[in-house]
Amino acid sequence: MIPAAFDYAAPATVEEALALLAEHGDDAKIIAGGQSLLPVLRLRLNAPEFVIDLGKIDRLRGVREDGDALVIGAMTTHSAVANDPLVAQHAALISKAVATVADAQVRNRGTFGGALAHADPAGDVGAPALALGAEFVIAGQGGATRTVDAADFFVDLFETAIGEDELLTEIRVPKHTGWGAHYEKFVRIAQQWSIVAVAAAVKAEGGTISEARVALTNMGSTPLRATAVEQALQGKPATEDAIREAVGAVADGTNPPTDLNGDADYRKHLAQVLTRRAVLTAAGG
Amino acid sequence: MTKIELTVDGSKVSDDVEPRMLLVQFLREKLGKTGTLIGCDTSNCGACTVHLDGHAVKSCNMLAVQADGSEVTTIEGLADTYDGGELHPMQAAFHECHALQCGFCTPGMIMRSVDLLGENPDPSEQEIREGLEGNLCRCTGYHNIVRAVQTAAAAGKGAQA
Repeated sequence: MIPAAFDYAAPATVEEALALLAEHGDDAKIIAGGQSLLPVLRLRLNAPEFVIDLGKIDRLRGVREDGDALVIGAMTTHSAVANDPLVAQHAALISKAVATVADAQVRNRGTFGGALAHADPAGDVGAPALALGAEFVIAGQGGATRTVDAADFFVDLFETAIGEDELLTEIRVPKHTGWGAHYEKFVRIAQQWSIVAVAAAVKAEGGTISEARVALTNMGSTPLRATAVEQALQGKPATEDAIREAVGAVADGTNPPTDLNGDADYRKHLAQVLTRRAVLTAAGG
Repeated sequence: MTKIELTVDGSKVSDDVEPRMLLVQFLREKLGKTGTLIGCDTSNCGACTVHLDGHAVKSCNMLAVQADGSEVTTIEGLADTYDGGELHPMQAAFHECHALQCGFCTPGMIMRSVDLLGENPDPSEQEIREGLEGNLCRCTGYHNIVRAVQTAAAAGKGAQA
């Protein structure tokens, strides 16, 4: 299976990439690591006339600190994010979640920003970014740059706040140094997309949860932040019974899909079980 | 056509390719390196695994143009990365442990296993099984493959790729 023919450019700078986007508009498609795009092109579910490869733009790669935030370049691979000591120290939830993406070969090519921009609701990068309140830095035409909160970034199925002539360049993650973290992913076979997964970061002191961040994968058309559960967990002892009670309503208001892996009610049940496990593990239980 | 320059199994290669050409096609059809196999053609099975700048990737799931400027090692050049004999220690371990039946998954399985020991020279059985998650074998049930990786790890040589 071979993609339909397309023209191709691998610009060296974000500015050149943006100029190509402006020139080709709807006919152009951005390729980052290509781990989601190439299967789509090969099955000819999409046939762009022009492909813009971001692989030569070095400044989009890497992780750095900027005050209270970690800045992850959009083209940093999942492997690089999973093995980065700064991410492990300040945003362990992201380290743990990206380590579950697909398989090792795909993580060596696939990028953190590419997966976020692709916005597959069963993907594993959206929920941890949402849980930690990440901000998305988006470059536009004429040198414009804007920053979008995680809450506004995920719009719908495979749809984000990134405009047609814009590029996601960086993801800024507020540091959660010292927080416990866990990504509880439920799959039935190897290298599967999440049937449901739960991202949890917990700040616990003396056996009591002082703050919690919880977000859900594949419980709707976008990753979902479970704010009611976060509030219910605040001040609770980090015990299985207390957490079970606090997370009981985690699936309220969600709209999970029904497919061959399970129906919506099954996913709502899974969300409860996985949230309890994720929070308990993140709290050190 | 787009001009690409890369190193494949230690040799510099320069060519003009259609942008839509997959890396695995380039290796097989342009360079004749048919040791790298196309299995599922959907990026699941890992038979097409090669090393790109030292790390395992699925060559059916990237474009040849994306490999411009990179160093690619295939199963055909693996032994040359190790100066101890005709076979790389991982190849020798697969041979010794009979870690194959039909052999179709073997090139990809070996390339991923070498990368796995590069990341983790002393993996547990569970870590080996999870580390080979992206490579499917439909014959062996994986037991001898896991033994081969353990054998190569014990020999302490598997990471030298």
